[in-house]
Amino acid sequence: MSTAQQVVEIAGVTKTFAQGNVTALQDIDLELEQGEFVSLIGPSGCGKSTLLRVIGDLVEPTSGRVTINGKPAHQARLDRDYGIVFQDAVLFDWRTVAKNIALPLEMLGWDRAKRKARVDEMIELVELAGFENHHPWQLSGGMQQRVSIARALSFEPALLLMDEPFGALDEMTRERLNLELLSIWQQLRSTVVFVTHSISEAVFLSTRVVVMSPRPGRIAGIVPIDLPYPRTVVTREEPRFFELVTQVRELLRLRGEHLLPEEAAAATGETS
Amino acid sequence: MSRRLAHQLGEWLPALVVLVAVIGAWQGVIAAFHIQQFLLPKPTAIASTFWHARHQLWPAGWYTFKEALGGFVIGSSLGMAFAVVVARFRAVGTALMPIAIAANAVPIIAFAPIFNFWFDPLSPHSKMAIAGVLCFFPVMVNTLRGLTSVKPQQIALMRAYAAGDVEIFRRVRVPTALPFVFTALKVASVLAMIGAIVGEYFGGSFSALGVLINSDAQIFDFVTAWAGIAVASLLGISLYLAVVLTERLVVRWAPEGRDS
Repeated sequence: MSTAQQVVEIAGVTKTFAQGNVTALQDIDLELEQGEFVSLIGPSGCGKSTLLRVIGDLVEPTSGRVTINGKPAHQARLDRDYGIVFQDAVLFDWRTVAKNIALPLEMLGWDRAKRKARVDEMIELVELAGFENHHPWQLSGGMQQRVSIARALSFEPALLLMDEPFGALDEMTRERLNLELLSIWQQLRSTVVFVTHSISEAVFLSTRVVVMSPRPGRIAGIVPIDLPYPRTVVTREEPRFFELVTQVRELLRLRGEHLLPEEAAAATGETS
Repeated sequence: MSRRLAHQLGEWLPALVVLVAVIGAWQGVIAAFHIQQFLLPKPTAIASTFWHARHQLWPAGWYTFKEALGGFVIGSSLGMAFAVVVARFRAVGTALMPIAIAANAVPIIAFAPIFNFWFDPLSPHSKMAIAGVLCFFPVMVNTLRGLTSVKPQQIALMRAYAAGDVEIFRRVRVPTALPFVFTALKVASVLAMIGAIVGEYFGGSFSALGVLINSDAQIFDFVTAWAGIAVASLLGISLYLAVVLTERLVVRWAPEGRDS
């Protein structure tokens, strides 16, 4: 297949919440090609998480259309066309690590042998060998999130949706998982939509950064990230990296006048 | 394995020591202060009666235990079933839950004489009805709390994988509810035994333990009444332990140190 194949097409999506008459999203147009890694960034209330949920058919848009792999988002969800990772790992306490990863496979009706083979592969991929039979509460936050990522990728979906997956982790764990995620993405060549409010994380990971502004949630601008892959620890120290971080920050500042204090603090803390 | 056994014994030891000390003190106080036998019998006298009247006490205990067990099974099952319906159809819940919670606070045991009248005082069914109603409310309220304490993100995750309501119920709601259900079942197991015995105090078959304890107390045969209470206690504890054991087998994932 050519690289120009559209995986996600968002056309004129608007979402208003009846309660409080809030316009969460207004006239969003965005297209994602096969193999892209696109981050959605913006302050609280800019609708980035809502947009992710609209793509996943977990929230219905008020108007507009979302197409995934050429079919309506609703059908794509029923066909299990995407995997999803939330800020909380959302693991089930009564399942072991291996069984948490196998959940989508069970729902797809895979037999035991096939499930086990795939789970072993995924355990290897997210480097959790030896923890197969642990329960979620026995793992650190970073390890829990790796299980969550393995579960989302277990059935090899073409699309991976990630809603601030590393937002609750400490800086060091986050940077290590950023590297791991990139290596996984390069092995699997899936398309990723990644919601974050860390500028440096967005720039480091993405092929494109979509900057959103709040009230109503709109796309303020799109910054293509031309840093070459594979990206490493050194990438974060390159002048081009800082230029791109500054470019994203400027867009956020120009369009996001309503930045909340803690968002502003998070944004300015990025260069350290 | 033997090490684990030794460890468990170590955990039980303090409680065992206290139990023996209390019984010893009980015996000692009666001897030291010349307390009348009919006010408080000596533990040794109770133990002796417990042995000699065993052919009368244990069949009576078994009779009452079956009433309690019947009520426990029926009341708890209905409680769980009702909770499932309420969790599924919210309209039913908003209409009935306030009433159910209010009913849970009512001293249901006060209805015992009326239940006896409704279901024939001499039949075990009247006691089962009392035990059943006592079990119903805590099981229903806790099961419902368990079924509805699923986090919204867990639902979103299941929806993302195209799960319908039935699959979410089976894979998420039921496992989430199980620890809540067992907490309620432990309470209910105790209530069932109380319901059956108190029900029998208001009249019942002569082969029932509650009737036996009541009639012995009325003719000042307190030693036999105490022996009957000991039988009731042992049966009540057995039922409770059976629930705890089932919980250990079913809810195997509970983190160490979590209330179980």
